[in-house]
Amino acid sequence: MSDLENFRIEVRAWLQENCPEEMRDGDITAENQCWGGRQWEFQSEAQKIWFERALAKGYTVPTWPKEYGGAGLSADQAKILDEERQAINARKPLSNFGISMLGPALLAFGTHEQKAQHLTAIARGEIRWCQGYSEPGAGSDLASLKTKCEDKGDHWLINGQKVWTSNADISDWIFCLVRTDFDAPKHKGITFILIDMASEGISVKPIVLISGHSPFCETFFDNVKVPKSYGENNASVVGEVNRGWDVAKNLLVHERGMLGTMSPLRGTSGPESLGKHAAEKIGLDATGRLDDPALRQSIAQAELDDWAYNLTVERLTDEANAGSGLGAKSSMLKYAASELTKRGTELLMEIEGTTGATIGEDGIEYGSLANNWLYHRAYSILGGTTEVQFNIISKRVLGLPSE
Amino acid sequence: MPLILNEEQEMLQDAANGFLAEKAPVAAFRKVRDNKPADGFCRELWSEMAEMGWAGIIVGEEHGGSGFGYVGAGVLAEQMGRNLTASPFFSTSVLGATAIQQYGTEKQKAENLAAISSGETLYALAVDEGPRHNPGRIAFSAIPSGNGFTLSGTKTFVADGHVADKLIIAARTSGEQDDPHGITLFLVDADAPEITREHTPMVDSRNAANLSVDGLEVTGDDILGELDGGFGALEGILSAGRAVLSAEMSGSAQQVFDVTTDYLKEREQFGQKIGSFQGLQHRAAQLATEIEMMKSAVLKSLKDLDQDFANAGMTCSLAKAKTGQVAQLATKEAIQMHGGIGVTDEYDVGLYFKRVHVAQQMFGDAGFHSDRWAKKSGY
Repeated sequence: MSDLENFRIEVRAWLQENCPEEMRDGDITAENQCWGGRQWEFQSEAQKIWFERALAKGYTVPTWPKEYGGAGLSADQAKILDEERQAINARKPLSNFGISMLGPALLAFGTHEQKAQHLTAIARGEIRWCQGYSEPGAGSDLASLKTKCEDKGDHWLINGQKVWTSNADISDWIFCLVRTDFDAPKHKGITFILIDMASEGISVKPIVLISGHSPFCETFFDNVKVPKSYGENNASVVGEVNRGWDVAKNLLVHERGMLGTMSPLRGTSGPESLGKHAAEKIGLDATGRLDDPALRQSIAQAELDDWAYNLTVERLTDEANAGSGLGAKSSMLKYAASELTKRGTELLMEIEGTTGATIGEDGIEYGSLANNWLYHRAYSILGGTTEVQFNIISKRVLGLPSE
Repeated sequence: MPLILNEEQEMLQDAANGFLAEKAPVAAFRKVRDNKPADGFCRELWSEMAEMGWAGIIVGEEHGGSGFGYVGAGVLAEQMGRNLTASPFFSTSVLGATAIQQYGTEKQKAENLAAISSGETLYALAVDEGPRHNPGRIAFSAIPSGNGFTLSGTKTFVADGHVADKLIIAARTSGEQDDPHGITLFLVDADAPEITREHTPMVDSRNAANLSVDGLEVTGDDILGELDGGFGALEGILSAGRAVLSAEMSGSAQQVFDVTTDYLKEREQFGQKIGSFQGLQHRAAQLATEIEMMKSAVLKSLKDLDQDFANAGMTCSLAKAKTGQVAQLATKEAIQMHGGIGVTDEYDVGLYFKRVHVAQQMFGDAGFHSDRWAKKSGY
């Protein structure tokens, strides 16, 4: 028996023994997932037990090195762990932006000391991170960002504003892109810096969206002093000063990878099969077909595209693991997933008819169909718009020339 | 099982790519199209393919095949789609071989599979009776007479029908026209005097024929699979055909897209490479993404056939639907992005447009298969 087959048997047994029944209720949603962080309170005893057992095994961040709290699994092993976890419908023990975005960037660009501090805290669920990228004047043209970061000898002084900082109001640290050189070409004066949200001068204001409630915030920096370093070899800046764009790009690939692997048509709360759901709501005609031929065709097309999309995630992941890497193809997944997610919510609204457009006395209820439908308009905008993904695909996958 | 080719399959792909680029590039297809040989393909080329084990690609080694399964067949079909190769591969090595290997008796296997693998005997599947694919609608009659049956009726768009040595005919042995029960498959010699075969020239120069059968006497030994229960077998054969046709379309789509992106990088207008225009870049990016989706769908359907043939039908339908749509988009965009040169006969992209159109019609277009999916899903 191969090592991987042995590993699968071990993992299966470990999951059976350690994952509490209550944590085997399907994939996580933003509401029931374990985020971690200073303010975190477990929602149930089972959630806490599951987190602690996974942590002891290194399974909160399975592929990270053991010295930083991971289990040091290879890509093949991690895939097996994921498959076995999904086979029993178990939630992930911990998930947040530290794991999916900052972690991979630190693994690529951080010093040992930076990794030891930050990766370990992420793995242990102690620190929750948010992302400070976009600004009011820097959306799709992210590299034009203007948040000013001045060298004051023993510290950096930061002034400016970030926007779309998801969960900034409940996060502990922020990884931030700031401008350290206003004279250099725009990509060459950006620095990637790690800041404690408890620093004096940081204030946060939630943003109300068309969907009502949202995790997004504006984050303001008013003479915020950031230490040059958090210890020996442990600078607050990741990579080199003025070379933060390299780190940012690497991280965006991971962000797109993450956004591109959510099960899109169902979103997080949709029915297992859109078509069956529609049949229950609308009924069938005499030939056994949905009694709305145009809607039927739209649903079938969406389900077909969703099927092909999920297979593509599988295939590109297998290709990446076999050595050719995912690279800029993550932009394809990001684009496809966000457009499909929007279509899923649109179709659900169509199926519901006017019922779907009815809201409560207190406005749009969080988690309602209308809330999901409106909130997901942002999917093809955040993390780089569909059009920005198209630009990236044309240049970096297809090699088409610049103007 | 990872959704990628294994090492052996990659080697087959490289070999096919090398062989076809040398022996059967698009220029060879043009020769067949323009010179109109009676067979509609080059027999020497087919012999060489058979020698390399392609004719028996899905046939087990005990019958002289190379045992590569459907992923192997798809790998070859994809390269043939890239080169527009004219050959009886699809009708003989995919449809014929599947029919006999999956549903034949031991005797039928012994008599036919080696002949398929060696390339010496050609097969064709006769299903449809009208211009739109509808395998459940069979009026072609098989009336009991003596120890056997008398076959009469007509069939349309039989791929390689006029060059085949053996025909697999879906006929009605009982029930009404649209009843799935009561269909029986018969394996008969194609040169019987009761069979009239009329070559129907197609827009993509694909080999096809209409058949007319008038009182052909056959015996129970000529039945392939079960009496009255032929619909299941037909579905199985069609599923294999759909997956491999999808692989062929995928090859055509990828080739035409490669040619188009090259053109976008070379062609200058308004003093710039046209590939620098965002209007074209975004369409190319969207198409590139769709092509990735298509490739996954095709590989999944081929792998499903190899792993669990009896339950692969719906995956093959989904693959055919997705591939048909993407390949049509790719060939249409190729012509449009090439501009004037794209509609000239001298330039190859139009040939792909025609080839994909016919492949998309064959064995059900995207509408046919999404309807099938929706019905299966209960809506």
